[in-house]
Amino acid sequence: MRDGHTSPAAPGSVRRFHAARWDEPVIFELSVPGARGVLPPRPDREVPELTPDERVPEAIRRRNPPALPELSQQAVVRHYLRLSQETLGADVNIDIGQGTCTMKYSPKINEQLARSPRVADLHPLQDERTVQGILEVMYRLDLLLREISGMDAFTLQPGSGSQAIFAAAAMLRAWHESRGDFPARDEIVTTIFSHPSDAAAAHVAGFRIVTLQPGPNGYPELDELRTVLGPRTAGLFITNPEDTGIFNPRIAEFTAAVHEAGGLCVYDQANANGLLGITRAREAGFDACFFNLHKTFSTPHGSGGPACGALGVRTYLAPFLPSPVVTFDGTAYHLDRDRPASIGRVRTWYGVPEVHLRAYAWIMSLGAAGLRSVAESAVLANNYLLDRVRRIRGVAVPWPDRRRLEQVRYSFEPLRRETGVGSEDVGRRMADFGAHYWTSHHPWLVPEPFTLEPTESYSPEELDEYAATLERVVREAYEDPELVRTAPHASVVHRHDHGPLDDPARWAMTWRAYLRKGRSGEGSGGTGAGAGSRGA
Amino acid sequence: MTADPGPGAHPYIPASVPGVREAMLRRIGAPDVEALYADIPAELRLTRPLDLPQPLASEHDLRRHVEALLARNTTTADALSFLGAGCYPHVVPAVCDEVNARSEFLTAYGGEPYEDHGRFQALFEYASMMGELLGMDVVSIPTFDGAQASATALRMAGRITGRRRVLVPATANPQRRSVIDNYVRGALEVVPVGYDPRSGLLDLADLHAKLSDDTAAVLVENPTFLGIIEEQAAAIAGMAHARGALAVACVDPSSLGVLEAPGACGFDIACGDLQPLGIHMYFGGGHGGFIATPDEPRFVTEYPSRLFGLTDTAVEGEYGFGDVAWERTSFHGREEGKEFVGTAAALWGITAGVYLALMGPQGMAELGETCMRLARYAAGRLGALPGVRSPRLSGIPFKEFTVDFTTTGRTVREINAALLDRGIFGGADLSEPFPGLGQSALYCVTEAHSRADIDRLADTLAEVLR
Repeated sequence: MRDGHTSPAAPGSVRRFHAARWDEPVIFELSVPGARGVLPPRPDREVPELTPDERVPEAIRRRNPPALPELSQQAVVRHYLRLSQETLGADVNIDIGQGTCTMKYSPKINEQLARSPRVADLHPLQDERTVQGILEVMYRLDLLLREISGMDAFTLQPGSGSQAIFAAAAMLRAWHESRGDFPARDEIVTTIFSHPSDAAAAHVAGFRIVTLQPGPNGYPELDELRTVLGPRTAGLFITNPEDTGIFNPRIAEFTAAVHEAGGLCVYDQANANGLLGITRAREAGFDACFFNLHKTFSTPHGSGGPACGALGVRTYLAPFLPSPVVTFDGTAYHLDRDRPASIGRVRTWYGVPEVHLRAYAWIMSLGAAGLRSVAESAVLANNYLLDRVRRIRGVAVPWPDRRRLEQVRYSFEPLRRETGVGSEDVGRRMADFGAHYWTSHHPWLVPEPFTLEPTESYSPEELDEYAATLERVVREAYEDPELVRTAPHASVVHRHDHGPLDDPARWAMTWRAYLRKGRSGEGSGGTGAGAGSRGA
Repeated sequence: MTADPGPGAHPYIPASVPGVREAMLRRIGAPDVEALYADIPAELRLTRPLDLPQPLASEHDLRRHVEALLARNTTTADALSFLGAGCYPHVVPAVCDEVNARSEFLTAYGGEPYEDHGRFQALFEYASMMGELLGMDVVSIPTFDGAQASATALRMAGRITGRRRVLVPATANPQRRSVIDNYVRGALEVVPVGYDPRSGLLDLADLHAKLSDDTAAVLVENPTFLGIIEEQAAAIAGMAHARGALAVACVDPSSLGVLEAPGACGFDIACGDLQPLGIHMYFGGGHGGFIATPDEPRFVTEYPSRLFGLTDTAVEGEYGFGDVAWERTSFHGREEGKEFVGTAAALWGITAGVYLALMGPQGMAELGETCMRLARYAAGRLGALPGVRSPRLSGIPFKEFTVDFTTTGRTVREINAALLDRGIFGGADLSEPFPGLGQSALYCVTEAHSRADIDRLADTLAEVLR
């Protein structure tokens, strides 16, 4: 019995949890020579065998069959279902610990619709007349996103937020080129609390990156921005609120300053969940923005994709959008490929239509009032949680006087100072209670960070449970720090030896490499440093 | 002003339950939700409701609405389709859909290797099975699609060699080429290499002429976009190496039960698309990209993608899985990292792993043999029609082949329209991207097609061309 509760899972209290632990072998170890998992269809007898001239030429014929595992069908099912049970999906936990990721509920009806054969069995080169339904879904989603953002046209082609950033950077490159200003304008300004890809993907598109640091209010000062703007400025890539959860109230002055310097402004709306129906990219002066449909618009994260970074632009940037775009002529929907100024493609075909459909269905289930309720509920939930978490011993709230919208980047620096237990240690211990917990992206400007984003999907009792669990781990850190440092104890596996993962002589990214390096069965016993927290 | 949450609670929003919002506000001492938005200046506030369609809050109404839209689609199951060209109608085993619909995988994201051990193991196993198929010791967590995988492979080659030119076949998939051009701009110069107009194979003389001391990589598609097996692959890799360039193979994994693994043909980087491995077409949404190399630090340190490795834990004999060489990524180093990393297509990686585990070596061999036999049969049946050259190219087809209708006096567009009227989706029109092939189409047959399907196509084409 823990924390004085006797009934299972009393609302708001700490859960007695143990993860499924199947001790499941790697699939190759389950192989039985000759076993078959599925039989592919074979041609009927009247289809002639190939003549020697028609077979794979000797020079390229496979000499040794691939050493794939051989399993009967149920053995495959059992193996993967065990692995699924050893995965803490958002559907089974109070998934507010992966801040910045907007782990909201993905409605099951949308899943059923997206998996319909009427979507799954469409080939992207079918005649437009045979795909009017899915094109209409994509076109309608474009219209909905235009209204939500104030932009004038969207592309749904990018397969993630990062790819949307790359597409936006390529469009800025094309825009400046069209005016004879590239490569003269080769600098993108971003902020340290914007996603790493705002810097990295823009860099891939050929830009130098200038990164602003936060000022006394938790966001960069306007004067700081002005000092880096100039004739080399191509644009600004910024989130608002940034990953701190603090809204930059001077954002319109930021965009105006960038415009004055000759640059364009791209709004990374990864943190848009608290803003739906409240404020829009257009009014803040942005020339482009993008939404992660797998975050704000509820499509499932899929262990890390497939996804969509829906990228919207003002009319003057629309000619540069990736090709094709879906158009409507009043009677039929078309894929417009005749776009001479387009940057070309960032992804194959038209993006991920089954994700577009889920997002469309989600918006249609909520409408204007529903979206606003989503935003307000997410902000309220975050402030409710903040009220609890800031009272926890060892927690600091950077810029404590600033309001927060949909998430907060907290710090466990006091806890680390007082107990030696850091944010990564807390994260591993949180796993023992069936909770996700993520530190934060690097660099750790906020020391020992963690970021909580409760979204609209959880009840106050669920938020209470998460906070109570954090309190519990903190109490342990003060009373028995070793218990936390050696965690996890009740998760799927125990603390990793991180040494082999960074050592070329020992790392093994495939089973064949693992066997070749002869490490199977050595069992070094985990003496190295614990695995660091990793992001998404 | 606060939003009217409607007549009652919305099923997706617990705080819309009557009384809950008020209780939460009281708890934090805020008069209303509006107070929480006080930092957003009035001039940025939207002062009207969003102009959106009336919501369909009832799940049933929503289903009816979306299904009515989707009813306007004619699928490849309704019709008989011979479209391929990068997106393929292979058989999807039921277990693939069962696993990728598992809520735990479907709704997981960036969890740690402890509570998400199963996700890490499934993706490690995916990489391991792909490694067997490809003959490579390192395989990345999936990127967006095969086109992105190719573009990244070329950028990796540019960094590894310090050179700036990459040679790409003139027959390359036009979409792949467009993604590559956009992605490598400013970093690499893309130079096309010609092909033998009779066979469709790469023109080795042209390759020889274009290889230089500034060539970072030679990319080969196998099978080529035009469907034929590039039997000179090993020779091409050898030519690249002789000039100090890397050899990059862009392969269709469905062919690797019968075609030699790129790792065994001397290729340094293998890449391609996962969609043929147990993933539906989804109107082009079923793609994921793989990148694979030998296990050498000069390759490993240049990957932008996550790489999952096997390690030990505090308990002897227990497997742990975690990120390898994390510090190379943009998650760690922002613009100092290698390219960028983020959400891409992990669920399709898990699915491809399930597919390979189901198929095993024998299934993959049978799959390859079946595709080749049916493609040869189909090419022959169409080639027997008057005025039709099929296969147009003499190279050996894997699952696609070119059909030249020029002599019939009809365009591919006209023929496909006539086929569509008869419930058949004809092959992809090549007349625009490959004008040198005249009025040619790229036909695709897989193990999902029966002999009767092919006979129906041939008979219908005979009628259409009559």
